[in-house]
Amino acid sequence: MPRRSGKQTKAAKPEAEVLKTKYLIVGNSVGAVGAVEAIRQIDRSGPLTVLSDEPHFTYSRPMIAEYLAGECSLEHMLYRPPDFYERNRVQAVLGCKAVGIDFQARLVELDDGRKIAWRKLLLATGGTPIVPRMEGVDRKNVFTFTTIADAEKMKRALPAGATVVVIGGGLIGISVTQALVKYGAKVIVVELMDRLLSTMLDPEGSHLAEERFHAASVQLVTGQTVSRIIGQAGDETRVGGVILQDGRSISCDAVVVAIGVVPRTELVKDSPVAVNRGIIVDRRMQTSVRDVYACGDVAEAFDFVQKADRVIPVWPNAYIGGRVAGQNMADVRAKYPGGTAMNSLNCFGLSVVSAGLVDPGDTEGYEILSTPPTATSYGKIVLKKGRVVGMIFLGDIERSGVVFGLMKDSVNVSGFKEALLRRDFGLSALPDQLRRQLLGVGPAPEKVVVAE
Amino acid sequence: MKRVYPKEEVCMGCHLCEVHCAVQHSASRDVLKAFTRDSPPPLPRIRVQENGRMFVAVQCRHCPEPLCVYACLTGAMQQDPLTGTVSLDPQRCIGCWTCILVCPYGAIRRDLERHIAVKCDLCPDLEVPACVVNCPNEALVFTEDGAGA
Repeated sequence: MPRRSGKQTKAAKPEAEVLKTKYLIVGNSVGAVGAVEAIRQIDRSGPLTVLSDEPHFTYSRPMIAEYLAGECSLEHMLYRPPDFYERNRVQAVLGCKAVGIDFQARLVELDDGRKIAWRKLLLATGGTPIVPRMEGVDRKNVFTFTTIADAEKMKRALPAGATVVVIGGGLIGISVTQALVKYGAKVIVVELMDRLLSTMLDPEGSHLAEERFHAASVQLVTGQTVSRIIGQAGDETRVGGVILQDGRSISCDAVVVAIGVVPRTELVKDSPVAVNRGIIVDRRMQTSVRDVYACGDVAEAFDFVQKADRVIPVWPNAYIGGRVAGQNMADVRAKYPGGTAMNSLNCFGLSVVSAGLVDPGDTEGYEILSTPPTATSYGKIVLKKGRVVGMIFLGDIERSGVVFGLMKDSVNVSGFKEALLRRDFGLSALPDQLRRQLLGVGPAPEKVVVAE
Repeated sequence: MKRVYPKEEVCMGCHLCEVHCAVQHSASRDVLKAFTRDSPPPLPRIRVQENGRMFVAVQCRHCPEPLCVYACLTGAMQQDPLTGTVSLDPQRCIGCWTCILVCPYGAIRRDLERHIAVKCDLCPDLEVPACVVNCPNEALVFTEDGAGA
């Protein structure tokens, strides 16, 4: 703030330090990196600042599972090479939290009193794990699982033979469960729905995933949730067990709450930036405030399957959203192609790929193609008006990308739909013109007929 | 940038591109030793697909906007800012297969022995990739413009 001239009754406070930048990115994960890389392809020198409350160099968040499992070191988790900030001329302000934004003055205020003045702002603040209010949730050894700090806390607190209750059988729940099993823990998963991965898979797919859980000696309790967390005999401050909704009790040494994340929107609370479930963005990833953009798990962006704006907290969408935001911030018009729910994961040795609408409750208007499930494979494709709107591949997932591409491009597959789930499906099964176009080889040459 | 373009009208489906690709990406780079002594044996990054009498050899297109790079969870998949080549750092790959889910060409495959993805790297040690050099019918062309190939 400029110092006022004239008489001052109070002793002048020391001037808060103001850093000036052109591009300010709040957040330091995949969306931020997508934006940095896009901006630097266009503008080599405009001052660029990345701000994060985490003290770490940009790292691969999904790899916290490998870290917990003891399969990789912290150095291995770096998402970009160690000279990334230097090479991209990024001023990284790490371990500092943004506490407020003045959209009029274009200032972000930090928890240490400093301020950052920006011309273009990207909010890539991600999501916050959902922790339901329940009795005992503040006891020691109740964890969430989205950051390095979470994984480190668990490593410090848990002996190898610990018993852990994981609340939630979705993506994060499965990821932490596998890591804990490798860590040497005994795991019990409590899932509110009647099956695992209920948003990513249909009942047949979930069943295969559940079989893998049983084979790995992970106990699964479905259709239940934890109503309270009880203390240890002798030390009430620590987790000793959980009580389920139906009154059953399970004794355990720790609880991991893995029921999802919500957009981390507290910075724009009561601000001119419009928020629905997440920060609302247009197809350029711009919020309702000019020069302010959002991407990733905090944003509510276009879903090309649902044809509506949705919060879809998945990694690839965050990078692409960040990239589009970065391009627009650097004054190159770019349009977000849209994302959709999409995941690829490993469930105790079973490859699981899913995208789009995989289990339309009311099948009216949909056509379902599927292969009979075996212990190691299953395939399903959901069509609507001849177009792919959802897919599941379990086991052999190598053809899934071609199907995903057809879904993204909204290609009418009616003419070759029976090939989509064949083991040898690939570009060769597509109509000539589409295949040649994808391969970038131009139209087929006319056949030369040699006269006899 | 130069890419490899398949000419399906002259591809006879001999799979020699696959053989030479695997050899080029083996430790010994010797066609006899590669499959008997490399452990695990090398995988070809190009694959001949067929549909009746039509054959087409497919490998990574080295997209200018590489979805596999954008989707990679670990940063293992990278695009060289100078050459545009998309390549995978096997040390950093965790085998999550997200790249496979987003590749519209189905050009990335799984090495299940090493639990990492494998893909075409355009043979950085060669002037012309091994698949192109060794195609007996010139059904693979290494050029800037595929439409004119």
